Amino acid sequence: MKIPYYPGCTLNTVAKQFDTSARESASSVGFEMKELAQWNCCGATFPLTPDNVIGLTAPAKVLSNASKEGDTLTTLCAVCYNVLKRTNKVIRDNREKRNVINGFIEEEYDGSVNILHYLEVLRDKVGFDKVKASVKRPLKGIKAATYYGCMLLRPFEDIGIDKAERPTIFEDLLAALGAEPVEFANKIECCGAHLAMNNEEVVTTLSGKVMTSAVGAGAELIVTTCPLCQFNLEKSQPKVAEAGSGYSPVPVIYFTQALGLALGQDIATLGFEKNSSDIMPLLKKKGIA
Amino acid sequence: MKIRLGNEDIQSASVRRLERITGEDVKRCYQCGNCSGGCPVSYAMEIPPTKVMRFLQLGNIEEVQNANSMWLCVGCLQCYSRCPQGVSVAAILEGMRQETLRKGESRTEVKEVPFPFLKKAPQQAIVCGFRKFVG
Repeated sequence: MKIPYYPGCTLNTVAKQFDTSARESASSVGFEMKELAQWNCCGATFPLTPDNVIGLTAPAKVLSNASKEGDTLTTLCAVCYNVLKRTNKVIRDNREKRNVINGFIEEEYDGSVNILHYLEVLRDKVGFDKVKASVKRPLKGIKAATYYGCMLLRPFEDIGIDKAERPTIFEDLLAALGAEPVEFANKIECCGAHLAMNNEEVVTTLSGKVMTSAVGAGAELIVTTCPLCQFNLEKSQPKVAEAGSGYSPVPVIYFTQALGLALGQDIATLGFEKNSSDIMPLLKKKGIA
Repeated sequence: MKIRLGNEDIQSASVRRLERITGEDVKRCYQCGNCSGGCPVSYAMEIPPTKVMRFLQLGNIEEVQNANSMWLCVGCLQCYSRCPQGVSVAAILEGMRQETLRKGESRTEVKEVPFPFLKKAPQQAIVCGFRKFVG
């Protein structure tokens, strides 16, 4: 099974380990991620003002390119997923905007591509049962916090990957990998997102709430689906620990790194050295590495 | 304190314009406060989401324009997903940001963004930040 794949800018640069671990894991569970022959930035933000049609042209171009390679498109970054899926819906449902967008990008795209997050591919196309059966190095005894963030889930009626307030897709995957998912209050709260650019204080507070909530619920590991969540959490962690609230840092990794680990990939190829938090002591403690 | 409300306040042309840009109807809000309760950044906002809606209903857009609220909204859509009336305060605040940015005025100048951030941050943060803060 070959599925056209849109990496997006961040996975091609600072989050390379997110991309490589996903590709290798895909081949272990029986599908191939075929990178689009041509792609551009999705714009990294879905315009919340509906009069801003120009903001939809970049993702529309991606979708139009994808439609030439198949009827499905998968992506890993939660922001790319959100932007592409919402733009696709606008193009599919709003004829007037579709015409304007197609005029700009000089294509005839109708919104027919089905956008699936990598987690959806694992759940709906591969099946978590098959993932579970492919596990060679179970993450046994690791209490893992599955941090969804915002973009993977909201707005519910446009995204619909899982239940809006109490999603479980991410926990179901981690459970299939042998880990013990912990329930924590801030699993669908914001990390501070783009405020990283000009308001570090708010980002530290918001990311701090996510991490203290996760660790307070017993997590020894935090797993993410978004490079910006990953960046904000890892960057804030030392500051939260220094603030003297008794918080002690835990490793933060991409879900595909957890997946690759469980599927038995060589630990040296999972790109853990690119994360700023160190997972090795935890793996040694649990007898996994 | 007495508040005098005239037709010109309720029918504020600036608020109507904002409604056109955002596709929202400020009158739908009945002030339940779910948005401020769910908003992760309301603690840092000079005017939290529920009050933003009330000021707009009363035609006082200037009060909201002068507050930091629109620049702190992260667009996480908690307000919208919890609103019983389906109002997106995030869209309203984005509309207000857009009104500033479309005039070419920036909240953050590109040269003010620290180099270490540009070097290490995910591209999506840089692209998104520029779209939200640079006119």
